[in-house]
Amino acid sequence: MAITPETKKRLVTAALLTPASLWLFVFLVLPFIAIVVFSFGERAPEGGYQASFTFAQFANLGARAAAFKNTLMLAPVGAFLCLLVAYPVAYYLAVKASPKYRLVLVSLVVVPFWTSLLVRVYAWMYILGARGLPHLLEMVGIENVRLLNTPGAVLLGIVYSYLPLMIMPIYVSLEKLDRRLLEASADLGAKPISTFFGITLPLSLPGVMTGVALVTILLLGEYLIPQLLGGGKVFFIGNALVDLFLQSRNWPFGSAIAVTLVVVVVIILLVAMRIAWRVAGTRQVDLV
Amino acid sequence: MSKDYKDNLPISASGFMDEFMRLKRGSVSRRHFLGITGLGLATAVMTRFPGALSSPAFAAEDLGTQMSIATWPNYHDPATFENFTAATGVAVEVNVFGSNEEMLAKLQAGASGWSLFVPTNYTISTYQKLDLIEELDLAKVPNFSQTTQNPRFTSEGKIDGKTYAVPKNWGTTGFSVNTSKIKSKLTTWKDFFEIAQTEADGRAMVHDYQLTTIGSALVSLGYGFNSIKAEELAKAEELLIKVKPHLFAINSDYQPSMRSTDAWMTMCWTNDGAQLNRDMPEIAYILGTDGGEIWTDYYAIPKSAPNKAAGYALLNYLMDPANAVKEHIANGAPATDSRIIALLPKEITSNKIVYPDEASLTPLEFGAAVTLTDPGRAELMARFKSA
Repeated sequence: MAITPETKKRLVTAALLTPASLWLFVFLVLPFIAIVVFSFGERAPEGGYQASFTFAQFANLGARAAAFKNTLMLAPVGAFLCLLVAYPVAYYLAVKASPKYRLVLVSLVVVPFWTSLLVRVYAWMYILGARGLPHLLEMVGIENVRLLNTPGAVLLGIVYSYLPLMIMPIYVSLEKLDRRLLEASADLGAKPISTFFGITLPLSLPGVMTGVALVTILLLGEYLIPQLLGGGKVFFIGNALVDLFLQSRNWPFGSAIAVTLVVVVVIILLVAMRIAWRVAGTRQVDLV
Repeated sequence: MSKDYKDNLPISASGFMDEFMRLKRGSVSRRHFLGITGLGLATAVMTRFPGALSSPAFAAEDLGTQMSIATWPNYHDPATFENFTAATGVAVEVNVFGSNEEMLAKLQAGASGWSLFVPTNYTISTYQKLDLIEELDLAKVPNFSQTTQNPRFTSEGKIDGKTYAVPKNWGTTGFSVNTSKIKSKLTTWKDFFEIAQTEADGRAMVHDYQLTTIGSALVSLGYGFNSIKAEELAKAEELLIKVKPHLFAINSDYQPSMRSTDAWMTMCWTNDGAQLNRDMPEIAYILGTDGGEIWTDYYAIPKSAPNKAAGYALLNYLMDPANAVKEHIANGAPATDSRIIALLPKEITSNKIVYPDEASLTPLEFGAAVTLTDPGRAELMARFKSA
């Protein structure tokens, strides 16, 4: 049987996709199946997992309601704060900055990502700790100020850490912006502010949506910053998972929470993608 | 600059957790340190030359080039492991943990990679029951001496006449107070929880560890440190949740915050109390007159140890009084072996933080095996943290 060019193309595609598919299956799908199986089990008397088939773990999710509530509040608030700080930066980089320096400026946004997040958070611990800013405040007579382990410190840490993830997609969507549209808008008598709200902002919405979705999803699993800059006093889902797997060794309950979190993330992702596609789709139709 | 392509791969979830837990305790893994400084490579190269670093004492058995130990923060003299590496050619990776529960979780999950670890007294029977540790072959630990050990601190290493663990050191769980910030005189756990809500508002720390945090709350209410009675735990929970808004942090790694004076008061283990007081004399260490914990930490070898020969070699090295005495001087915890006590300088053996009066030890209790596995205490801790 002769191999048609069409079949050959398909075989090549399949061959190229095999490593990635295997990788995903072994390291993503299989562990997730294990977690789903665990979530229907029971905690062994000494801790760990004991085979069983019960929905008790899911029925008990209410015991971590506070963690879900805190996380579901932190994620959008954190993402919104990131957006507020990131948009002007991305706008400046893509529209205002001189092309000569643009690459350097964009690199400056990305370079901190090359350093471990831990090291950067530790730096903030030092800056906000008693030997940092509070010490400077003491010199000007303001004593016993506490900045570390406060909700403000957690929000600051989150905005700082996730900012590049918000800036980059917005930057990319603004960079693609057709300047002729802005010129046309000005020629037709629109003020810069109307041009911004009528053209620039809508055209950058796919980037905004991508950034918001990216940051929100990552924030849903956030563990480190609340622990290090918040003093471990506010419990998020990430913290609840660490506690259940490492402290109380209740794997089935931890698995049930992990599965629920994955479901929540998937829902958020689907909604965000749908909105982004709709926004991008209609605008692109307009452009043609 | 990387020596290995693996260094450039994104960190795995478990790798990240390992690094994070280590850094959270204020410690960096030895391998990481050796890697970034190039010392690891240098050691590896040196060990390729027979006789360059190896000692005839260890020539009989192949110890490999690498082993891993799981232990507690601020617990060893870093020179100990360097000297061991110099003597044997075996590089030691140090994994630092914050609670026995975490150690148990890691061993239960399998493939911890440790060839030696440091469990606390009340966990050993559980490890033995779960078949996670091996009966020690004391013939491979000639430096260990049963006769010079204080039996008060060694009994829990033996189960049914078999030795599963040998003691590292003992200690107490009290609290440290920065006396330049807090003027009230504290003597009890009742005082601790009261001052945490008043004079030390926003400046007190409790452990991220159910045994000591719940235990101390129970003691402050007049109950036993190990209680698992529902009504007593409910009272302890009520107290902890009342205190929580006033806390600086829930964290077992309290030295950095106490040293920077972000925190003024913390639950504290002997060795940390001694180290803090040595470097900052205004930080006093107090044992609750109403009770609290007394403990012994042991060395044990996991059944899954990938390099048992090196595990035994390091254990034997650590049991040598000449090496152990340096450890005790560095970490500040009291010794269980009279041979070591005899070698310690007088300023340590007369230090009341390290060797308190017998009377102040009387109200203290050893942790009970049941508190480690009691789901009620674990859930209480979670409710406290999520409140």
